[in-house]
Amino acid sequence: MKKSKRASAEVNAGSMADIAFLLLIFFLVTTTIASDKGILLLLPPKADPNEEQIDVKIKDKNLFKILVNSSDRVLVNGEPWTQPLENLKPKVQEFVLNNGRKEDLSESPKKAIVSFKTDRGTSYEKFIGILDVLHLSYNEIYAKKMGMTLEEFNNFDRKDADKKDKYDEIRKTIPKQISIAEPSKIGN
Amino acid sequence: MSKFKKKTGTSQEIPTSALPDIIFMLLFFFMVTTVMRTDDLLITQKLPQASQLSKIEKKSLVSYIFIGTPKEVTKYGDEPKIQANGVLMEPEDIALFVEQEKTKLPESDRNKITMSMKISQEAKMGIVTDVQEELKKANARKILYASTPKLVK
Repeated sequence: MKKSKRASAEVNAGSMADIAFLLLIFFLVTTTIASDKGILLLLPPKADPNEEQIDVKIKDKNLFKILVNSSDRVLVNGEPWTQPLENLKPKVQEFVLNNGRKEDLSESPKKAIVSFKTDRGTSYEKFIGILDVLHLSYNEIYAKKMGMTLEEFNNFDRKDADKKDKYDEIRKTIPKQISIAEPSKIGN
Repeated sequence: MSKFKKKTGTSQEIPTSALPDIIFMLLFFFMVTTVMRTDDLLITQKLPQASQLSKIEKKSLVSYIFIGTPKEVTKYGDEPKIQANGVLMEPEDIALFVEQEKTKLPESDRNKITMSMKISQEAKMGIVTDVQEELKKANARKILYASTPKLVK
């Protein structure tokens, strides 16, 4: 056969692979596998009707009371709270880390309890908003004690034994005591 | 130089024309196997935002409960409803649903079941509490309030 002088009739398909690769990578990257993230909570066990209810007396100063009514208005320690929710954080931290200095705040972090009560008509958004601020307040204290930034604290590896031990130690002295009371039945 | 090269009759290029086909096959494989969402939602969902989020370590232990306003308002009304297992249900049915979910797990893990509560932000606490009471009854006490990340100021 005579060698033709014209350019070959084949289509140059070499870059086709690159295009396909690009598509492949695009799909791999954009596919979001629904991630499960949220605020973890352990519900208290169901009250045993056979067991007698023991009334635990807690001193009023060891309680940080947050109350939300059915129109999402907030009461903090009996006073209406009109500031943004983020401003609750320093209040909570001052309350927890008081260690008996101020008369009307907690005696020690171990005794400090944040009590959070909602109404049946309270919106879920408000509930999560406040719960988040409470967790933020505590987490910031823990982060400071561990010498990390808040971001580092939130992402630190729970399998790292050294850090986990340190964290557990801190959790023992400053337990995260957030009590979520059953909602009252006024609204809705 | 070119004179010598021409002498070898065989081409030195590796045929790569089949490569795109292989890649396309991979691409289709990924496109087909990727499951976007397992539950067909009958309700609208707008998760609340929160900054202090935790991740779930073991995904196999998670079951989902959805609460939100139904999509078909004419059929189900505009009050937030509970959806689990692909159907709308009443709070009383939650205990049964949890039992069903528990039987799917190996016996040693049944008490570690985590309920992921995907609750739309417009829902009221009343319905949330009703569900939680049922979860307490069914001894599924570990719950996760699913929320989307928010940046801390």
